[in-house]
Amino acid sequence: MSEHAASLSRACAAMLRRDLLLAWRRRGDIAMPVLYALIVTTLFPFALGPEDTLLLRIAGGVVLVTVLLAMLLALDAMFASDIEDGSLEQLVLSPQPLAPMLGMKILAHWITTALPLIVISPLMAAMLHLPAAVIPVLMLALLLATPLLSLLGAVLVALTAGTRRSGMLLALMLLPLCVPAVIFAAGAVAAAQQGLPWLAPISWLAAGLVLAVVLAPLACAAALRIALDA
Amino acid sequence: MTVVAPVTPLLEARALSFHRQDEPVFAPLDFQLHAGELALVEGDNGSGKTTLMRLLAGLLRAGEGELRWRGQPLQRDDCAGEIQFLGHQLGLKTDLSPRENLRFSRGLHGCRDGATIPGVLARVGLRGYEDEPVRRLSAGQKKRAALARLLLLPATLWLLDEPYANLDRIGIALVNELLAEHTAHGGAAMVTSHGAVSFHGGQPRRIRMHE
Repeated sequence: MSEHAASLSRACAAMLRRDLLLAWRRRGDIAMPVLYALIVTTLFPFALGPEDTLLLRIAGGVVLVTVLLAMLLALDAMFASDIEDGSLEQLVLSPQPLAPMLGMKILAHWITTALPLIVISPLMAAMLHLPAAVIPVLMLALLLATPLLSLLGAVLVALTAGTRRSGMLLALMLLPLCVPAVIFAAGAVAAAQQGLPWLAPISWLAAGLVLAVVLAPLACAAALRIALDA
Repeated sequence: MTVVAPVTPLLEARALSFHRQDEPVFAPLDFQLHAGELALVEGDNGSGKTTLMRLLAGLLRAGEGELRWRGQPLQRDDCAGEIQFLGHQLGLKTDLSPRENLRFSRGLHGCRDGATIPGVLARVGLRGYEDEPVRRLSAGQKKRAALARLLLLPATLWLLDEPYANLDRIGIALVNELLAEHTAHGGAAMVTSHGAVSFHGGQPRRIRMHE
């Protein structure tokens, strides 16, 4: 019996596996944001001059903003192919609740776009002379800020799903939403750099993330149902 | 002497209609579909066949009228997974092989008793193409891969929108065989087509979409 029935956990695993497999089949697309982030951070010292004091001051902010912008590059592809080839219709008609399934899609998207960026973030930070002691705080801030951005972005992608050329609209709508994430993440890094306690901004990020983890998939599901109902 | 008990139809529509921007897409429809029955939805291009199918599948919200599932007003939660829809977009990932696509669908829906992925792929004539990316298959073979999904998943009602498109003569015969088997096992199906279709096993019920 258990072999035939589709449980929620099995369905979630199937969803995650499929999206990761799809991303693996298109490995070049994963490399793109990473390359973009590396190029941008390399160009900063050339443009601003290699003064340690200046780079030290901007390093945290540059890495954060670069990672978030690199994530934007891949964001609007989150549901596009599923809508195009009818996979989303099949997903909506499956006996599984839509919100956790979309949550899995967002998780897969985060793993394939944000995680590689977080992995290279120490390298980017080192290139800008960020003190080694601050790098763990930077990575922690990124670990909380990037999924928040993925979740908020997913809601907006779902909302603009029906429209053509939604990229521009998406960027405009996402901007105000990522401002708090950037402020808290940069605040934590700056505090750590000055030797101040950095836990408070990190806690704010974590609180925002918890809220988004619960609410964003539900909002995504509602928005995508409306996008199909046309 | 046997007394035939009144059987509640699997799916029943009463004065069902759908409006798009206050324009009726199709006139109010009444029909019943019983288990083991096959209905052919006929109509010209633009007469609302696909809209009707998407409506029945639950992708569109009904305009007016009533839909009943096993005698009860249709709730999407009650019949989730019992209705399979196959539209113009096949819902296959072109970067994955038919086997990987079916494995994903099985994870979501579960699996019909006794059905296996190699078994259903062989049944639709895709033996030897199991691990080829769907991208490299011909249009007809893609359709066959989508038909294999119908065979694999446990659904009672099949909603097939133009299942004959892109299929060769053998493929069309295959669809007819699959439909005959499905209805013989107590399933039901609705099929849209604007061409002449011959089914095995009796006359299908006809639903005529008129302007």
